[in-house]
Amino acid sequence: MIKYLLKKEFKQIIRNPFLPKMIFMFPLMVLLVFPWAASYEIRNLNLSVIDNDHSSYSRRLTQTIISSNYFRLTDQSTSYNQALKSIEKNKADIILEIPKNFEKSIINREGTKVMISANAVNGMKGGIGMTYLSTIIANFNLTLISELYPEMAKSNSSVIQIDSQYRFNKNLNYQVFMVPALMVMILTLLCGFLPAVSIVFEKEIGTMEQINVSPVPKITFILAKLIPFWLIGFIAITIGFTVAWLDYGLIPVGHFYIIYTFAAIYIFAISGMGIVISNYAQTLQQAVFIVFFFMMLFIMLSGLYTPVDSMPDWAQWIAAFNPLKHLMIVMRSIYLKGSNFIQLGGELAALLGFAVFFNGLAVLSYRKNN
Amino acid sequence: MDTVIKVENLTKRFGDFTAVDNISFEVKRGEIFGFLGANGAGKTTAMRMLCGLSIPTEGKGTVAGYDIFRQPELVKKSIGYMSQKFSMYEDLKVWENLELFGGIYGMHDKEIKRKTDELMGRLNFEEERDQLVKSLPLGFKQKLAFSVSIFHHPQVVFLDEPTGGVDPITRRRFWEMIYDATASGITVFVTTHYMDEAEYCDRVSIMVDGRIEALDSPMNLKRTYNAKNMDEVFQQLARKSTRKAD
Repeated sequence: MIKYLLKKEFKQIIRNPFLPKMIFMFPLMVLLVFPWAASYEIRNLNLSVIDNDHSSYSRRLTQTIISSNYFRLTDQSTSYNQALKSIEKNKADIILEIPKNFEKSIINREGTKVMISANAVNGMKGGIGMTYLSTIIANFNLTLISELYPEMAKSNSSVIQIDSQYRFNKNLNYQVFMVPALMVMILTLLCGFLPAVSIVFEKEIGTMEQINVSPVPKITFILAKLIPFWLIGFIAITIGFTVAWLDYGLIPVGHFYIIYTFAAIYIFAISGMGIVISNYAQTLQQAVFIVFFFMMLFIMLSGLYTPVDSMPDWAQWIAAFNPLKHLMIVMRSIYLKGSNFIQLGGELAALLGFAVFFNGLAVLSYRKNN
Repeated sequence: MDTVIKVENLTKRFGDFTAVDNISFEVKRGEIFGFLGANGAGKTTAMRMLCGLSIPTEGKGTVAGYDIFRQPELVKKSIGYMSQKFSMYEDLKVWENLELFGGIYGMHDKEIKRKTDELMGRLNFEEERDQLVKSLPLGFKQKLAFSVSIFHHPQVVFLDEPTGGVDPITRRRFWEMIYDATASGITVFVTTHYMDEAEYCDRVSIMVDGRIEALDSPMNLKRTYNAKNMDEVFQQLARKSTRKAD
């Protein structure tokens, strides 16, 4: 019997004027555009300089900062208050104030101070800008020391030297971190939204009643709804692999079959959730809003942007019941570290749990009568 | 003649509202049983209970020998249903709808193929066979929906206002199809608003405010109520209604 229902589902998907395009375009757009636009890397910080010294050293400091490519000089003020006004007008993000007699103090070995002050409305941007600027000034400081007092530079060398290396993403490349996670997003949106809409749609056009009055077993009907999403998910994720390879040169360190296995379980879980929602919703609007609500929650608590480990305990508890979070970990681990089934056993168990739970609920909450 | 539908004291309440109030009746095999009533009289609710779409609050009922409480899925195997709202898949072709519903009711590919060919020929649908259902005119759609509902040769077919919105000629043809179905042994349970259609039924029940006020053959009803036609019978009974039509 399921053969006939599957034929129907596939024909309906292929004949839909919008869905087949969406299945191909969506992963393409997300992976081609998003990693370039949404980046953690802070660049193009607007710098306002209050140069009270107008000396060659003060100009050299400003030059050094600008040549780092992280800052651009957008404002030169004569007073701190004037500089603050440019921050208010959004013309500047960070202020550097160079005191009078800056050059003189350096040459006379008296030591001097500069003040930096950042707009911390976006705390992360402010903080990172501050760190960049401090580092550049510290380097400038070292350069000056070695130029002016070579003997001091030697004696000042550290007792402990740090030899740091970054593992699995050695250039701290943001895209390497985001691309595997975006594949999870693609699977979630395609295979979570579409099933939720598909049953409610049948309710609205009345075909659901024709199905309910027939002897179709509940589990058969739901399986026929779910199986096409495996295929859709696999197509989308395969497009994802291709884009990751062609555009970002990213190839998973681990095995493809492990990713596909996890994806299969995940699609089953998230589609099951979609069907549960669709069983409870009476109209398309209801279904879309409910799915949207859960998606927002899931995405924010998934570790896509902010690491789950640094969330408060209560949020970590919620995240533990978030299938997205588990697949995010899985994708990043397989892509970057080459993890295997044993290392990802916890996630495997969790995702299997979600799959059983949501699909059990999907069959139970589907009522052929009322 | 044996009984196909047997209902005793069937009641359905939604909260305080009693949609179907203690109805009892029997339908014999091969009959055309008309189920009449104003809008909101409870016809559709009663029919949905018989089809296993709605769980009765009280009472007993069997359809095609199966209990509507305990064996709703077995009832569903033995009946056909055509709802008020057109409910074929519009993005499937004519033959694909037949194949889908035939398959759902457990027919085999060969049987589906044979019956599709036969049906397309009988309805003169050869040209429309490969068309998407959404491109068909309403009259065609309704004939198709009826054909789908009896495609698996059920014991009973339930038709919920099957001729709403179609022209008199198409209605006439539709009733010819209903007669063909009864000739092949299918019992027909039909709700309608058209009193001329009520005359075509073997027996008619008239529902007012969730209760069955009258049940007999059209001829007997006209005699009892001293009326020229079914319309007058209906007017006399429906006037008693205190329930607001929706």
